[in-house]
Amino acid sequence: MSELDAFREEVRSWLEENCPPAMRTPMRSDEDVCWAGRQWQFQSEDQRLWLQRMAEKGWTVPEWPEKYGGGGLSSAEARVLQQEMAALGCRPPLASLGIIMLAPAMFKFASEEQKLEHLPKIASGEIRWCQGYSEPGAGSDLASLQTSAIRKGDHYVVNGSKIWTSYGDKADWIFCLVRTDANAPKRESISFLLFDMASPGVSTSPIQLISGASPFCQTFFDDVEVPARNLVGEVNKGWTVAKYLLQHERNMAAALGRSRSGKKKTLPQIAVEALGTDDAGTLKEPVLRQKLARFQIREQAFTLTMQRIGDEMARGGDPGPASSVLKYYGSETNKQRRELWLALAGMDSLGWEGEVFDEGIVARSWLRSKANSIEGGTSEVQLNIIAKRVLGLPSAV
Amino acid sequence: MSLALDEQQRLLQESAESFFAGKAPVSALRRLRDDKDETGFSRELWQQMCQMGWTGTFLPETYGGLGLGFKELGVVMQASGRTLSASPLFSSIALGASCLSLVGSEAQKARLLPQFVSGEKLAALALQEGAHHDPVNIATSATREGDAWLLSGCKRHVADGHTADVFMVVARTAGSARDEQGLSLFLVDSGTPGVNVERRFMVDSRNMAEVTFDKVLLDADCLMGELNGGYAPLQVVIDRGNAVLSAEMLGSALEAFERTLDYLKQREQFGALIGTFQALQHRAAQMFCELEMSRSVVMEALRCADESPEQLAIASSRAKVQMSETLRLVTDESIQMHGGIGMTDEEEIGFFLKRARVAQQLLGDEHYHLNRFAGLSDY
Ligand SMILES: Cc1cc2nc3c(=O)[nH]c(=O)nc-3n(C[C@H](O)[C@H](O)[C@H](O)COP(=O)(O)OP(=O)(O)OC[C@H]3O[C@@H](n4cnc5c(N)ncnc54)[C@H](O)[C@@H]3O)c2cc1C
Repeated sequence: MSELDAFREEVRSWLEENCPPAMRTPMRSDEDVCWAGRQWQFQSEDQRLWLQRMAEKGWTVPEWPEKYGGGGLSSAEARVLQQEMAALGCRPPLASLGIIMLAPAMFKFASEEQKLEHLPKIASGEIRWCQGYSEPGAGSDLASLQTSAIRKGDHYVVNGSKIWTSYGDKADWIFCLVRTDANAPKRESISFLLFDMASPGVSTSPIQLISGASPFCQTFFDDVEVPARNLVGEVNKGWTVAKYLLQHERNMAAALGRSRSGKKKTLPQIAVEALGTDDAGTLKEPVLRQKLARFQIREQAFTLTMQRIGDEMARGGDPGPASSVLKYYGSETNKQRRELWLALAGMDSLGWEGEVFDEGIVARSWLRSKANSIEGGTSEVQLNIIAKRVLGLPSAV
Repeated sequence: MSLALDEQQRLLQESAESFFAGKAPVSALRRLRDDKDETGFSRELWQQMCQMGWTGTFLPETYGGLGLGFKELGVVMQASGRTLSASPLFSSIALGASCLSLVGSEAQKARLLPQFVSGEKLAALALQEGAHHDPVNIATSATREGDAWLLSGCKRHVADGHTADVFMVVARTAGSARDEQGLSLFLVDSGTPGVNVERRFMVDSRNMAEVTFDKVLLDADCLMGELNGGYAPLQVVIDRGNAVLSAEMLGSALEAFERTLDYLKQREQFGALIGTFQALQHRAAQMFCELEMSRSVVMEALRCADESPEQLAIASSRAKVQMSETLRLVTDESIQMHGGIGMTDEEEIGFFLKRARVAQQLLGDEHYHLNRFAGLSDY
């Protein structure tokens, strides 16, 4: 038996022993997601145990080095873990903006001291993070942000306001873009600052979305004192860190476009149930059948593209343009999926409340999907990036 | 399992691209058109392609092939699509040799495959009978005549039919018009009495023919593969063909797109390069995204032809849909973004538009394959 096979057996029996049965059922809605953090109320003892056990193994972040709370696995081993979790239907133990967005930037730009301080708490789920980028006056034109941080001795004093801060009221710490020089050009005076949302002077006010949920906030900073050692990278060079992090955010958003597998119903199943088929097994609605087929081709082409780009990178290719293409196409694909879902499922999909409509999960997910092409840089902004950086088209003067 | 080209395939791509750019640029196709060239392609170029081994990529060495795969043939076809190069590589190799190698007897293969690979003989697939690709709708029939066969019918839009030495003919030997059962494949020499070939001039200046079989008497050994069992292997031939054809279309789409991008960076209006206009930038970026998707589905179809035959049917229809729509988009936008110049015969961009529509139709357009994809996906 190869080492990897032995590892696979070990993983399988560990999971069987340690993953509570309730954590092996498909997640039904966003409420089943475990975000953890200081304010977190575990949905069940099983959810708590599952996170705790996985975190002790370092398997919430299998490939990170052990000193940062990771599992120290090779990428082949991490893939085995992922496959075995999928085979058993294990839920992800932890969802985390810290893991997906902040950590990659920390690995690249933070000091050893900062990494040792923050990464283990991200890995264990002890600290939940939020992203302080957008402001009321700075959305697509992010670099025009105005929240200021003025150095006073060994700390900064932060003033201003962020908006659309996802889970701002539930998060423990924020990674925040601030202006540290009022007189320099706009991209050369931004810094990347980490601070505790419990600091005096931080307040949040939730905003309700069209989906009914209110996952994001306007966040206010009123003379918030932040230790100077919490600045990541060099002062006034935060734009580089910010952009690097955005790339990872885009990749995450892009993954939305992949074909769905797993235990949930597929679109063809939904179509067959809602519309019926003739004796030959052909959907009775020819127009919807055609739309479904076209969508599936799009979704599969996208999934294959993610795979191809992975294969090309493994052979030494340059991922360069990939993240904007994938963000744009993946988020538009997910929006199409949700629209098609409504068309296939009909009026039943537009129920809003009550058990008969599963508390409106289909409609709410459809509404939520509209944000995919706005958050993390809008579709238009991605097209601008592709046109200029990938295709080399000139800028207007 | 990889969707990326390996080192060898990348080298092949480079050499094929420089070969076609140097020896068969779009101007070569224009010349063939303007001269009403009798062959419709350059025999000298064809000989050179054969010498490079490109005609034998997927065939075993016993027949003079390279023992590689359809991916390699796709790489070459993609390169040829960049210059719209006319050659029998698709008709004689991707369809003809592929068909023979799939269903032919050992004797048939030993006799003909080496000649197809060397380019001495050319093959063509005689399948379609109407204006649309419809492989079950076959009226051409072969009936028993003692030990022999009597073949009658009319085939239309036979790619490179006017120069073919051997036809692979799809004929009905049992059943009625739309039956899958009862189709058989025959090898027919173009010189056989009763075979009549008429060249047809198409919008893309490539070569098609109408081929009629008037009570053509065929020896028993002209049958390829199982009697009445021709439909299944025929589908494989078509699927491989569409994978390779999609690769050609990808090459054409990439070239048309890059030429248009260059134009956006040169042409000035309102005191600015037209490439600064966001309306055009976004459309260019969207085309780029579709091209990225197309690359992936084409690679996957070629990969399936070599490694996962059980997934080939769906992969091939998927590639043809995505690639046809992308090529339609790119060629339309190319003309539009060139403005009036794009409508002139002198500017080469129009050649891409013309070839695009023929390639789309060949072996089934996006509508045909979308319907087929749905059926293969069980709905
Ligand atoms: C669900 C959700 C969660 C979010 N979470 C966070 C978060 O946690 N933290 C955070 O910091 N931010 C977050 N955001 C904010 C998000 O990053 C911004 O909404 C986004 O960057 C767009 O900015 P804006 O809303 O100000 O829109 P605007 O920039 O005002 O855009 C309005 C419209 O104009 C278009 N437009 C703008 N500029 C151009 C241009 N140059 N060319 C062409 N068109 C243009 C846009 O594409 C858009 O269609 C979130 C947003 C959503 C919807």
